[in-house]
Amino acid sequence: MNAPLINWYKFSSPATFYPLAAKLIPWFTAATILLAAVGLWISFFVAPTDAQQGEGYRIIFVHVAASWMSMFIYCVMAFWSAMCLSFNARLSGMMASALAPTGAMFAFLSLLTGSLWGKPMWGAWWVWDARLTSQLILFFLYLGFIALQSAIDDPRRADKAGAILSLVGVINVPIIYFSVQWWNTLHQGASVSMTKSPSMAQTMLWGMLIMALAFWAYSITMALLRVRCIILEREMTNEWVKKNALE
Amino acid sequence: MHWNSLNDFFAMGGYGLYVWGSFGACALGMLIEPLLLRARRRAIVARVPAKELME
Amino acid sequence: MSAFFVPFKQSVQRDLLLAARHKTELITALFFFVIVVNLLPLGVGPDPELLRKIAPGILWIGALLATLLGMQRMFAPDHADGTLEQMALSPQSFTVLVAGKITAHWLVAGVPVVLMAPLLGLQFDLSARSLWVLTLSLLLGTPVLSLIGSVGAALTLGVRGGGVLLSLLILPLYIPALIFGAGAVEADLAGLSIEGHMSLLAALAVLSAFFGPWVTTFALRIALE
Repeated sequence: MNAPLINWYKFSSPATFYPLAAKLIPWFTAATILLAAVGLWISFFVAPTDAQQGEGYRIIFVHVAASWMSMFIYCVMAFWSAMCLSFNARLSGMMASALAPTGAMFAFLSLLTGSLWGKPMWGAWWVWDARLTSQLILFFLYLGFIALQSAIDDPRRADKAGAILSLVGVINVPIIYFSVQWWNTLHQGASVSMTKSPSMAQTMLWGMLIMALAFWAYSITMALLRVRCIILEREMTNEWVKKNALE
Repeated sequence: MHWNSLNDFFAMGGYGLYVWGSFGACALGMLIEPLLLRARRRAIVARVPAKELME
Repeated sequence: MSAFFVPFKQSVQRDLLLAARHKTELITALFFFVIVVNLLPLGVGPDPELLRKIAPGILWIGALLATLLGMQRMFAPDHADGTLEQMALSPQSFTVLVAGKITAHWLVAGVPVVLMAPLLGLQFDLSARSLWVLTLSLLLGTPVLSLIGSVGAALTLGVRGGGVLLSLLILPLYIPALIFGAGAVEADLAGLSIEGHMSLLAALAVLSAFFGPWVTTFALRIALE
């Protein structure tokens, strides 16, 4: 039987993942910068002026990217949480913790850019439409996760408690989204909606996609950087930290 | 390329505040986060020799 | 079957007995519900039209907050004196015992709210039929609150800043129940059918009854490690 070329399980230990992360970071940093450059170029110089919203619609290029990332990161967090609980793997728990602050930041940016888009377009800094409201709740879920983990001193318990919370959260997100949509349509509230976007020119779609990919590469970079910090903080007393931490 | 002048580019057809506010906030966040992480890492590395001395 | 019902009943009875010894706590929580609900008209003005419109929301939110108030009581005292660990180690199913504790919490915190709500609803000039819908929605909804809240109580067991942290974690998860519950009453006020809201609320109740005790027990074991 041939042994696999790469023993993936080797990397599930913090000590071996640490240097691997260091090697990956420059690549993802480069990807971030490249994708962001292309995305910004499309956002400002390729995508045409919108018929209804003028130049103001360009916010969509960061708003949508931030929204997608905040949701995607939460799902990835839930995945690592499931790994943490299923395999009792320390690194999985650390990865979930490493992702949370970036996800929370994107959730916040989504709300902020949403407001900045809504004010000139529809006259209000905030509308209670289903998507914005769900985004707000997602932000609260992130904050809850971070608060819970920082309140628990024992890192193993913090990992597992956070894992349970994020899994409960990820299952609830569709339920919450559905209920908020239900609530919104029944109340015939906003005749304005963040989901009513300008009719998409091809270039606009490309711009959103590339910016989203840029944010995705950025998130990975941040997660790798942060997990390295977490590994150091937790494994402080281990021999290999003393020998290798300064890399 | 359809900006007639740099001023036009900054004005964004009247929406300058909102567009640049949005892109600016994102840029700010995506700059501060790595900086904070760098500070966090330095704090840890600074503690390692201190811990070593303790043992 | 008795492997389920006997420990379950014992767990419920034990918690009810303990609660009976601290009646003041329960009455305080109930009064909190009354006061919070009565604060709102003082905040927005006495216009009956407006009050009737916001009554479902405020009554439901009052119920949420009052339920959260006593949530820590589910596990904290038993954790403090070591009884919880005994339960975890006992030959009886920990999940069943936990289910009993959640039920007892609902009986002690939820049921009084269900009974008090129609009285408070009168202050908002809700019709008899709307009061009935309100009571029914809370009857279906308060178990959901106890069940979801128990997960939060287990996760924050013995943690710094427990009570407030618990609220921060649990309130977003309460939102569907709030929307369907208060929505049912609002639908009735508008003369529309409450079927949709009620069935969704019932679905929530079934889902949380099925998964709640299991997730809570899992979280408790982690807290007890």
